[in-house]
Amino acid sequence: MGMTMAEKILAKASDKSFVEAGEIVMANIDVAMTHDLTGPLSVESFEKIGVDDVWDPEKIVIVFDHQVPADSLDAVENHMIMRKFVEEQKINNFYDVREGVCHQVLPEKGHVVPGEVIVGTDSHTCTHGALGAFSTGIGSTDMAMVFATGKLWFKIPETIKFDITGKLKDNVFAKDVVLNIIGKVGADGATYKACEFGGEATSAMSISDRMVMCNMAIEMGGKTGLVEPDQKTINYLNGRTTKNYEIMKTDNDAESLETVHIDVDDLEPQIACPHNVDNVKPVSEVEGTHIDQIFLGSCTNGRISDLRTAAKIMKGKEVARGVRMLVIPASREVYTKALDEGLLRTFVDAGALVCNPCCGPCLGGHVGLIGPGEVSLSTSNRNFKGRQGSPEAEVYLSSAAVAAASAVTGKITDPK
Amino acid sequence: MKGKVWKFGDDVDTDIIIPGRYLVLRDEKELAACVMEGCDPDFSKKVSEGDIIVAGKNFGCGSSREHAPIAIKGAGVAAVVAESFARIFYRNSINIGLPLIEAKNVSKSVSEGDIVEIDVDNGILKNLDTSEEFEIKPLPVFMMGIMNEGGLINYLKNHIGEIKG
Repeated sequence: MGMTMAEKILAKASDKSFVEAGEIVMANIDVAMTHDLTGPLSVESFEKIGVDDVWDPEKIVIVFDHQVPADSLDAVENHMIMRKFVEEQKINNFYDVREGVCHQVLPEKGHVVPGEVIVGTDSHTCTHGALGAFSTGIGSTDMAMVFATGKLWFKIPETIKFDITGKLKDNVFAKDVVLNIIGKVGADGATYKACEFGGEATSAMSISDRMVMCNMAIEMGGKTGLVEPDQKTINYLNGRTTKNYEIMKTDNDAESLETVHIDVDDLEPQIACPHNVDNVKPVSEVEGTHIDQIFLGSCTNGRISDLRTAAKIMKGKEVARGVRMLVIPASREVYTKALDEGLLRTFVDAGALVCNPCCGPCLGGHVGLIGPGEVSLSTSNRNFKGRQGSPEAEVYLSSAAVAAASAVTGKITDPK
Repeated sequence: MKGKVWKFGDDVDTDIIIPGRYLVLRDEKELAACVMEGCDPDFSKKVSEGDIIVAGKNFGCGSSREHAPIAIKGAGVAAVVAESFARIFYRNSINIGLPLIEAKNVSKSVSEGDIVEIDVDNGILKNLDTSEEFEIKPLPVFMMGIMNEGGLINYLKNHIGEIKG
């Protein structure tokens, strides 16, 4: 009997030749990531276990991205706890305030390769499945266990494979595809399942696009997102990683596999409306909705391709009067590319604020909060009540193209 | 375990349980003072030690922030009962020793202020106001072990040798 990609990766990690969905395994962890916001609790829990040293400092990656630079004494205290931990435990893979959002920095710096098990104390850790790793978000106490033992238990998930066919129209992007899927499946439709994205439309996607797809798997309850590695994956990894890796693929006769077909030929831009990510409507149904703030950035859509798309739409234009726009490149690499290509100049000339690489207003804890009654249009991944500031504010989610077109008009706009 | 019910709906997300701006906090009591602020700013003042939260499906969806179950536990909530739970929240709660009870149809038949009695050993939740009983979905054996030892940290203290192998 065959196995899914998720099953194969977890079988290898737990030194087994065969596993099946529902089984509980103790897996060896290849990469353990934590950041400035959930890291301090992980360190506190680790210290309670009573073990002096982490299992393997080379497999731990620490990124500061949620509150950079520190905006409060509490935030700077958290940074100091983490810097001390890094020094005590001799952790080399430490990216302080200057590098960017963890889910962008990890693949850029070569920490993500196919066939490995990656855990992170951030729910969007599922992003890394775009390169064929089993990657999932965990809590701080689970991370303490990983720090101490290098292992974590998993229930082997079933897999939903989204077979995506057709060709996207010019103004339609991976974000629209995944929002459409979440709208159909629902916020808990993939609970505890591996969400594997395949089909010709996925093959046609860039690695950045695949990261968008996998990033949003958690918004339907998924345990991880996954895309089968191909030549594009190998090209992305070349020059970034020195690790050896094994490419694993789902067998067609895998028992725990459920296939869902999605055709994207006629898809139009999609918007997730307040206050749930599965409240998805085509842009035509919400066009004209007034916007107070636009956020272009995040681990979902803060990559160079997003900034290029937005700059093309905004070139020579101005952000509408009364609207504030924040552009936050997802990493230093993205920032410098955007600088070299003149994209940041386009945004600044248009009247947008360009901030340092960080999570920005995505989780409402750092820069660019929105107030009662205000409306945000954001390229990030969550629109929960109170997510970006006031619980009386509203958040809509879209692609970078819709965000850019809407910035110019001041209302939700189809970028066609 | 017996307690007074506070009712919530479906898809109670982690931003409702503890908004992002409070994640800089680490102290259980400080987090508890903001618990459920996303939907009821006065909840932390109303809730008492031993009360029980009853909610619909997909409770705890969203972020991996362990601040969410810590805030609920810190507020004195004895257990969270729901139709279903999001996966990361579920693990986090068991890991810190916050009891979670999964029971079908419970949110439709229990009202705010009702007193419910939870008998984990026999797998029964009873609404003492209506005498209605609900079957509890048992925890996987492995998780029950963690829960019975008071959470993952205690479990690790007792079993780290065998886990490391």
